Amino acid sequence: MLAVRGLTKSIGTQEILRGVDLDVPKGETLVIIGRSGGGKSVLLKHLVGLMQPDAGEIWIEGQNIIGLSERKLAAIRRKVGILFQGGALFDSMTVEENIAFPLREAGERDSKVIREQVNEMLEVIELEGQQKKMPVNLSGGMKKRVGLARSIIRRPSCILYDEPTAGLDPVVSDSINRLIRRLQERYHVTSVVVTHDMKSAFHIADHIAYLHEGRVYFHGTSAELERSGDTLIQDFLLGRSEGLP
Amino acid sequence: MTRIFTGVGAVVVALFIYVGEVVVLAAETFASIFSQKIRWRIFMDQIVEIGLRSQLVVVITGAFTGAVFAAQTFFQFNKLGMGSAVGAVVSVAICRELGPVLTALMVTGRVGASMSAEIGTMKVTEQVDALRALAVHPVDYLVVPRALAMMLSMPLLVAECIGVGIAAGYLVAIGLLEINGTYYMANMVRWTQMRDIVMGLSKAFCFALLIVFISCHKGLTSREGAVGVGKATTEAVVDSSLAVLICNFFLTMALNIIFPAGYQ
Ligand SMILES: Nc1ncnc2c1ncn2[C@@H]1O[C@H](COP(=O)(O)OP(=O)(O)O)[C@@H](O)[C@H]1O
Ligand SMILES: [Mg+2]
Repeated sequence: MLAVRGLTKSIGTQEILRGVDLDVPKGETLVIIGRSGGGKSVLLKHLVGLMQPDAGEIWIEGQNIIGLSERKLAAIRRKVGILFQGGALFDSMTVEENIAFPLREAGERDSKVIREQVNEMLEVIELEGQQKKMPVNLSGGMKKRVGLARSIIRRPSCILYDEPTAGLDPVVSDSINRLIRRLQERYHVTSVVVTHDMKSAFHIADHIAYLHEGRVYFHGTSAELERSGDTLIQDFLLGRSEGLP
Repeated sequence: MTRIFTGVGAVVVALFIYVGEVVVLAAETFASIFSQKIRWRIFMDQIVEIGLRSQLVVVITGAFTGAVFAAQTFFQFNKLGMGSAVGAVVSVAICRELGPVLTALMVTGRVGASMSAEIGTMKVTEQVDALRALAVHPVDYLVVPRALAMMLSMPLLVAECIGVGIAAGYLVAIGLLEINGTYYMANMVRWTQMRDIVMGLSKAFCFALLIVFISCHKGLTSREGAVGVGKATTEAVVDSSLAVLICNFFLTMALNIIFPAGYQ
C-alpha cells in the first residue's frame, strides 16, 4: 500500500532525512516514534507530496508519487488523508464548514446530506453541538479532532496522523486511540501515526518504527520493541536523558 | 571590484527569478481559469471586499485629486487668459494618468496588503498545505477568485475615480474659481476623447493584474511566523506600488501609439 525507499531531504544546511525506508501493508497501522525535531512531520508531509525529497521514492498503491505535478497528486491525496500537528483548520470557516469542506469540494451540493455527514463526524469526534464555533475559539485538542474529522469525512483508504493525542487529556486521548483502531477495523484503513505517547503507540500499533538521526533505527512489532535491549530505544521508552551527549 | 559586480549580479538574478515566479503564477492562474472549476462564491466575496469596500477610498481620492488639479491648473492658465481650458486639462489628465495610477496605489494599500496578509497567514499556519492535502490547488482556490475580482473591479473603480474627479474639478472651477461653466464644459468635451477613457481603463486592467499577482505571490511565499507575514505584506505593497508606477510609464508610451493623445 505504502512504501518509502531511500528518502533523503535537507532543508538549508540541515540534513533532516538521510535515507528512510518504510513499508506499510494495506490495512495495517504503523506508529512512528522519535525525538522531537527528528523529522517525523517532514516525513509525513512527503508521503502526500506536500514536500519534495532530494532523493528516494514513495510508492502509494503501486504508484511512485515523486515528481508528480500538483494536479496529478490530487488523485493520490483523495485517497490519503493527513491530520496536521496543529490541526490546520481554515480559520475563516466555522467547525461545520471546515468539516464539510472536502464534501463541498467534491461537488456535494445537497445541504441536507452535508449536514447529516457533518453531524455524524461530530459524533465520532465527540464534539456534538459545536458546529457554529470558529477555530480561534477551540482548544488545541478540539482543533485536532475537527482536523481529524475533516480528513476522514471522505473515507480515505490511508490516513496519516501527526501527533493526534499530543496535548489532549487522557480521556480524549483514549477516545482518539479507539477511533484510530475503529477506523482500521471497520474500514480497513491503512494508518501511519506519529506520536510521542508510548501508551497510545502500544495500543494502536501493528508495527512501530523508531526514527533516529534521519533513518529508521528500529522497525518491528510492539513486543519486539519492548524486548529490545538497545540502550537508545530503552532510553526513549523510559524517557531517560542520561545517555545523551 | 569583482565583489561589486557579483553583488550587482546577484541582485539582478534575484530580480529576474522574482519576476519569473510572478509570471509563472499569472500563467498558472490563467490556465486554471480556462481549465478548472471557478469558485464563484469566493469570487463574490472578493468583489465585495475589493469593489464595494474600496468605494470610500476611491471616491475621496478622485474628488480631492480632481479638485486640487483644477485649482492648480487654473492658477497657471488664468495668467494666460486660458481659464476655460482647465476642464480639458483636468479631464484628460485624470482619464489618462491620475485616475488609474492613484486608484491603483490606493487599491494596493487596501486590497494588496490584505491579500498578502491573508494568504501569508494561511501559508504559515499550514492552511495552504491543508488545502493541498485535501486535493485543492491553492491557485484555484485562493488566486483565481481574487484575480477575477480584481480584473472586474479595477476598471470600474477607475471609471468611478475618473467620474468623481472630473465632477469635483468642475465644481471647484465653476463654484470657487468662477470659470464660465459653458466654455469649461465645451472645451472639456471637445478635448476628451473616447480613447482617453479606454486608455485609462486599459491601464486599470493591467494594474489589477500587477497588484493581484504580486500580492498573492508574496502571500504564498511568506516565511514562518508573524514577522514573515508582516514582511510579505510590506513587500507586497511596496513592490506593487513600484510596479504600477514603472509599468505606467511603459503603458503610457505603448498605449499612446494605439490611442494617441490630443485633438485631431
Ligand atoms: N519548512 C521548514 N523550514 C526549515 N526547517 C524546517 C522546516 N520544517 C521542518 N524543519 C526542521 O526540520 C526538523 C524536523 O522537523 P519536524 O519534522 O517538524 O520534527 P518532528 O519530528 O518533531 O515532527 C526540525 O529541525 C525543523 O526545524
Ligand atoms: Mg512534528
